[in-house]
Amino acid sequence: MDALADFGPWVEALLQGIWLTVLVTAVSAACALVVAFVLGLMAGAPGRLPRTLSRIVVEFFRGTSLFVQLYWLYFVLPQLGYRLDAFAIAVLAFAMNFGAYGSEVVRGAVNAVPKPQREATIALNMTPYQRMRLVILPQAVVGMIPPFGNLLIQLLKSTPLVFTITLVDVMAVTKSYRDSEGNTFFIFTLALGIYFVLAYLTTLLMSALERRAKARIGQPAPPRRGLLSWTAGVQGEVR
Amino acid sequence: MIWNWEYAADILPVLLEHFVRYSLVATLLGSVLAAVLGLVFAIVRYVRVPVLAPLTTGFIEFVRSTPLLVQLFFLFYVLPGFGITMSPLVTGVLALGVHYACYYAEVYRAGIDGVPKGQWEATTALSIPARYTWQNIVLPQALRRVLPALGNYAVSMFKETPFLALITVPELVQTASSLGSRNFRYIEPFTIAGLIFLLASYPTALALRKMENRLGQ
Repeated sequence: MDALADFGPWVEALLQGIWLTVLVTAVSAACALVVAFVLGLMAGAPGRLPRTLSRIVVEFFRGTSLFVQLYWLYFVLPQLGYRLDAFAIAVLAFAMNFGAYGSEVVRGAVNAVPKPQREATIALNMTPYQRMRLVILPQAVVGMIPPFGNLLIQLLKSTPLVFTITLVDVMAVTKSYRDSEGNTFFIFTLALGIYFVLAYLTTLLMSALERRAKARIGQPAPPRRGLLSWTAGVQGEVR
Repeated sequence: MIWNWEYAADILPVLLEHFVRYSLVATLLGSVLAAVLGLVFAIVRYVRVPVLAPLTTGFIEFVRSTPLLVQLFFLFYVLPGFGITMSPLVTGVLALGVHYACYYAEVYRAGIDGVPKGQWEATTALSIPARYTWQNIVLPQALRRVLPALGNYAVSMFKETPFLALITVPELVQTASSLGSRNFRYIEPFTIAGLIFLLASYPTALALRKMENRLGQ
């Protein structure tokens, strides 16, 4: 119980660390979502140029390791004369990397919309923009939610990396507590617990989103998950 | 002068050597550990071994919901406190192997589920012992099907080997980083490191995708 007594002054630091972890995750996820849609819709475009371009960007960011991308931005950009703060670099790296993975989700979900739906929009003489916005996307989005949920958890699990580029997240607070107080077992177990709870909350959020999205287009809702069966949704197959 | 070819040529052999000796070795050993341990997890859950099966499920869910980096640090800093000291590379391989075993277990489960029910029924009808059923009937069919998925995870693991840099394993990124700080030029080492990752992982991923398509037919 010594560990708990020592821990008092650290509570505030840890709360701020949790806040930063959540912030990095949320901002990166929002940016990654935009990147995923842009790249994913480009991949399904009729023209050859956008398709090729999207392919190159996606394969580049999927192939070169998130770690190297983050370090490249952090160490190389200043030498090229660009200065970004660490938060912006983290968001940029995560957004491009997870956006590249997410674009495959978008492409797959758009392709999975039944063909007659597409044919009907052509028969009704809709413009390509109307087709996407009114018919294809509202249906495709529902299918995207579970894989996006998996990606979001992957993203959350990648955020401890940001401590290496000087951001003070849960990992950074954990390490500095360990270095100054020396109670390794306690603090690392606590850190694992915090990430576990954050991942759990993310799963709950995504399954609530899925239920709502399904209800809106009149599909039967998935069964509500019990407290212990929640992990049925954590798959992580996307990588 | 943005890109210095001479410097790039100087550091390339060092980077390649560390890449092969640490990054590749960690990926290979980690994959083998994950493949074996994952299969054990999958079978324990599939045959519902009492006590062990729910424990395994809990363990898998916990490991999959927490970051690899924190697990790595946990092993690296906590184990010595319990009197277990291992070299950084071994600790890294252990962390990668156990982390990915939890993903592999799910892949195996999907593969085992994919074996037609009739096969199980036939073994029961012919009163073939359980051990023989697994070894000669179920696993050979399941493994063939899950190979591409296992390969994909191996590629992900490969791209996560830089985590080992943070526990002082001199793998590719750690080497790039120390070369960069020694010469105060980061452009070449990190760019080359990225290219090495791309050249190693992209063709593998392509081959796996092709294999997946062929098996899917």
